Amino acid sequence: MNYFLQQLINGVTLGAIYGLIAIGYTMVYGIIGMINFAHGDIMMIGAFISLIAFLVIAALGVTSVPLALVLVLVCALFFTSAYGWAVERVAYRRLRGSFKLAPLISAIGMSIVLQNGVQLVQGARVKPLAPVITGGIELSGAESSYPVTLGWLQIVIILLTVALMAGFTWLIQRTSLGRAQRATEQDMGMAMLLGINVDRVISMTFVIGAALAGVAGLMVTLYYGVVDFYIGFNAGMKAFTAAVLGGIGSLPGAMLGGLLIGLIEALWSGYGSIEYKDVAVFAVLILVLMFRPSGLLGKPEVEKV
Amino acid sequence: MAAFKDAILAGLVAALLALPMLGFHLGDSAQGLQLETHLELVPLAAAIVFAGRLALNLAAPWLAKWKDRAPAGKPKLETGVSRRPLYIGIAMAAAALILPLTPWGDRNILDKATLVLIYVMLGWGLNIVVGLAGLLVLGYAAFYAVGAYAFAILSQMGFSFWQCLPISGAVAALFGLLVGFPVLRLRGDYLAIVTLGFGEIIRVILLNWASFTGGPNGISSIPRPSFFGMPMTASSPGHTTFHEFFDIPFSPVQRIVLLYYVILLLALVTNLVSLRIRRLPVGRAWDALREDEIACRSLGINPTSTKLSAFALGTAFAGFAGCFFATRQGFISPESFSFIESAVILAIVVLGGMGSQTGVVLAAILLVGLPEWFRDLAQYRMIAFGGAMVLIMLWRPKGLLAGRTPTIRLNKGDAA
Repeated sequence: MNYFLQQLINGVTLGAIYGLIAIGYTMVYGIIGMINFAHGDIMMIGAFISLIAFLVIAALGVTSVPLALVLVLVCALFFTSAYGWAVERVAYRRLRGSFKLAPLISAIGMSIVLQNGVQLVQGARVKPLAPVITGGIELSGAESSYPVTLGWLQIVIILLTVALMAGFTWLIQRTSLGRAQRATEQDMGMAMLLGINVDRVISMTFVIGAALAGVAGLMVTLYYGVVDFYIGFNAGMKAFTAAVLGGIGSLPGAMLGGLLIGLIEALWSGYGSIEYKDVAVFAVLILVLMFRPSGLLGKPEVEKV
Repeated sequence: MAAFKDAILAGLVAALLALPMLGFHLGDSAQGLQLETHLELVPLAAAIVFAGRLALNLAAPWLAKWKDRAPAGKPKLETGVSRRPLYIGIAMAAAALILPLTPWGDRNILDKATLVLIYVMLGWGLNIVVGLAGLLVLGYAAFYAVGAYAFAILSQMGFSFWQCLPISGAVAALFGLLVGFPVLRLRGDYLAIVTLGFGEIIRVILLNWASFTGGPNGISSIPRPSFFGMPMTASSPGHTTFHEFFDIPFSPVQRIVLLYYVILLLALVTNLVSLRIRRLPVGRAWDALREDEIACRSLGINPTSTKLSAFALGTAFAGFAGCFFATRQGFISPESFSFIESAVILAIVVLGGMGSQTGVVLAAILLVGLPEWFRDLAQYRMIAFGGAMVLIMLWRPKGLLAGRTPTIRLNKGDAA
């Protein structure tokens, strides 16, 4: 039971991270109908920026951990969004409305460029970061055979995710930008006719997605303590799986999907074999798509002649 | 002036992007990470982007004019199928056929040509699935891996390359059917992602099922192909070797030439099959299905079996190519069949222009052959590769040679 609880906590933490990345996929897919293949690598960029920001801030002499964390968070948000914006501007904007595979290939190319670019400028070695947030709450008594720990870091990750999701939901539901985004998603041509600057809305979509991915990158850096140029692919794949599982295009779906994927991965690692955890995630994806192709919360797509 | 402003903006963005990633370097040292500052690189990057963007902006009017140049003369009604691609194809095949006999056909060139031909074959195989039937598959390398491992595992039981070649294709096609059957009713992007997931599953299994596949160490000492039963070695007890039979001095180049011809033959077979099958009812059905699935269903075409046939055929060719890959390398490991492999093959199909057989050759030479020449610049190679994918798509979103050209062209003025 305790073991299960521990895996549950780990799974929720992992799920929070996947959910944040999945939102970027699902938003972009909802608005322009493309799989932004480079999104996982944007997360990787975010992780590197966080790591660099930690070292720079430490070098500047900031010793208070909460202050350093906030500064790093701001840096990760800001610079990663800039990357998201630039990727859209360079590689996708001109391909909008062109034949369907073109943006996908362009995105795969961009992903290769980002991965290898980072490898070139930062080196191929795994970059370690000493744990910044340590300790936690012992949930079970000391007498039990398997102690359950809820780390402070896990609490920070989950709370930060909840806060970001709440802020993000507010943004989409209440602000004029969110309204414009929803309008663009429903009918880009009509939105354009009604005076919405569609280019700007799409740019902002990428910026928001990248910002969330940047935070996810920071969390990955803190949680795993190691970063390398290849982490984006795997995390990106799982986040995409999460987006599809929840129903691509649906924002609550992305969050739910992320949570489920995190849980599946943690429980499978805990009870099955850790080597095959990726197989479990993808097998779930295939099963969901076979029996419920529009995902858990997605609207079934009606194909018209 | 606007061009100038835009370039300044681009330069500023470049500076912003370069600041964290180029300005600071995470060096490794004995004490852990060491932060090195290279802030001087930031203005440099900004200046390069500024200059490039400015040049592009200034050149834009000419580029646009060049791109829009209208075909001269009256609209011409093209009747029937143009024979020109056929002649180009025959010329290319002939050139490939005599390459080993020409002075350029040395060991190095043949090695690279063999590699390019593997990708040409894979491209043509995937073209059946993506270009003809319109099924977006992102896990093609998995079937390539299945073919390679089928041969590698059978070879340990004493089977030879030629015995395994058809088996590899059949096993890969079987896998294709197994995967295809449940998922082929999914629409485009979902299908892409499911095949990607399947590709990853295959790779993880290959990596972890060590007793069967050798795990990360892979399988080595895979036998080389023989020439009608004659091994291509210096000497072989109990067999007449190739050079003994023809009474010529032994040279390792002979084996490379044989490999080159084997893959050339396999690739040409792939090409021929896909060209001919397009004219068969099933090929026409693929074309129709790609354009409009609902219309197809109402005409009584069974979408599932039609898609499955394309999928099985395409994956069978991946199996053949995998078998060849295994025998050429003599060693395989899961490393060779990662997602990037699938991406490269898909890129070859899409960059070449979907459905265009010549385009695949062109793209394979460009994406696989060209980087081989720059092996020394290995670090920059992959960046250039990804960059080329982006640039070619921006420049020609339909691929280098758009396969399905309309049969009638109108001048711009006449269109109204």
